[in-house]
Amino acid sequence: MKPAPFAYLRPECLQDALEAYADHADDAKILAGGQSLIPLLSMRLAAPTMLIDINRLTELSYVHTDASGVRFGALTRHAQIEHDKRANRAQPLLRKALRSVAHPTIRNRGTTVGSIVHADAAAEMPAVLRLLEGSVTLRSHEGSREVGAEDLFVGPLETSLAAGEIATEIFMPALPAGAGVAFEEISRRRGDYALCGAAAIVQTDPGGAVTSVKTGYLSVSETPLVLDLSDAFDDGELSQTNLTGAGELASAAVQPETDIHATADYRRQLAGVLTKQVIEQAHNHASARTIGGSQ
Amino acid sequence: MSDPTTADTDGETMHHVRLSVNGATYDIEVPARRLLSDAVRQDIGLTGTHVGCEHGVCGACTVLVDGVPMRSCLMFAVSAEGQEVTTVEGLGDADGSLGAVQQAFKDCHGLQCGFCTPGFLTTITACLRDNPDPTREEASEMVAGNLCRCTGYQNIVSAVLRAAELQGAGCATKPEHAAQEAQA
Ligand SMILES: Cc1cc2nc3c(=O)[nH]c(=O)nc-3n(C[C@H](O)[C@H](O)[C@H](O)COP(=O)(O)OP(=O)(O)OC[C@H]3O[C@@H](n4cnc5c(N)ncnc54)[C@H](O)[C@@H]3O)c2cc1C
Ligand code: FES
Ligand code: FES
Repeated sequence: MKPAPFAYLRPECLQDALEAYADHADDAKILAGGQSLIPLLSMRLAAPTMLIDINRLTELSYVHTDASGVRFGALTRHAQIEHDKRANRAQPLLRKALRSVAHPTIRNRGTTVGSIVHADAAAEMPAVLRLLEGSVTLRSHEGSREVGAEDLFVGPLETSLAAGEIATEIFMPALPAGAGVAFEEISRRRGDYALCGAAAIVQTDPGGAVTSVKTGYLSVSETPLVLDLSDAFDDGELSQTNLTGAGELASAAVQPETDIHATADYRRQLAGVLTKQVIEQAHNHASARTIGGSQ
Repeated sequence: MSDPTTADTDGETMHHVRLSVNGATYDIEVPARRLLSDAVRQDIGLTGTHVGCEHGVCGACTVLVDGVPMRSCLMFAVSAEGQEVTTVEGLGDADGSLGAVQQAFKDCHGLQCGFCTPGFLTTITACLRDNPDPTREEASEMVAGNLCRCTGYQNIVSAVLRAAELQGAGCATKPEHAAQEAQA
């Protein structure tokens, strides 16, 4: 058998899961969709002595949408959010980015909360959480706390979750009126982790002038990176000059590394090109929403 | 807390797992680390499910869990308890003849060595349930998560369209289109 032996618990409710995790906080791991954890176990890159399987905690399988944004639980699969119409009307960046998370078959099992707390800087949804300034609810035997995206990601595959804490819910803010979003990535094959990916949120005022531009990146830094590029558009125009300036700022700000898939220089160039693309697309999205009055 | 019945052998805890596969019930004793793919092949003896990469990339091991395609190499058998698993052996018609997707693969030469085929068949079966009348583009999207090293994807995509045609949905809207694709 590929994984090393482990003890297995499958609680039926969150309270039981929290108690079990409190008792074994140092040696247990949470098993959500398993789409990142099981490969690590099979390659023996991880060998926890206990797994706490949360797949029976159906109370954590939901997508709730209201005017403020979208909340989903630890058992909500990527595919559930991708196909939730209300959620994507409130925050269209969810589907735009989820479509690039692995393949549909992986998205049927993997959870978005699991992906975010796995904190891979090459993953889409941690970058989306950072860009949208969302938050995560952490529960432990002792209580509950809310952590903002900027405080969640502390290093490669490392978060500020304490021992014994389960991420129970993620909140993604709704897209404000006059704003637009876009997502693009370059990967070697569809469904692979991206060589570089970028998302943008562009805010316009009722007259159509650009008031704020923020971008988020994957695969070009150790933790999900967000840049505020509003200064490049200080005349409020989405001109080619301003776009070029924004692309140059982004290329200079990312910290990519060379690996077998791409050189750092190539990723840096992609970051610049993708920055221009997503800002332009997000701006078009904002204009279309303003005219169409909807998504 | 649900704690499946356990027994000790060689110091490792064994779990009694009742799996429902292709409508039949199987009671097996496995350690928690037994992958669903290995349980189906070794403990149950249904070797139609193939194991290629064992880390989620190739798609050969794809089975349906409650009708939804999932990688059986990325699930533990214990976790599948209480869910209905469908493997390639469960895709045939009740009378033992080939199911529509299987027949389409035969018609369109959608396989050579056949190693990848079980994963394609399960995936396509579920996808056609959601979208019974795909375009060629959508058909190609359906199989994008499965790797084939020898047939090439043209015939596999044609087989998706042919399967849709065999299942009846394709005929009403675009009969020539699907038939041409099948010959391509
Ligand atoms: C072939 C393949 C391609 C992939 N491509 C991509 C891709 O392009 N982009 C991408 O983003 N992802 C990709 N993934 C990963 C996929 O998105 C995973 O589903 C996701 O990263 C992890 O979610 P999970 O529910 O499967 O978590 P698991 O694998 O179960 O867990 C991952 C880690 O998070 C911990 N954890 C999970 N849930 C919680 C929780 N609620 N509280 C505390 N800790 C928790 C676990 O203990 C573990 O350490 C790919 C996976 C495969 C197999
Ligand atoms: S064997 Fe499961 S995806 Fe390759
Ligand atoms: S038929 Fe040989 S790998 Fe696909």
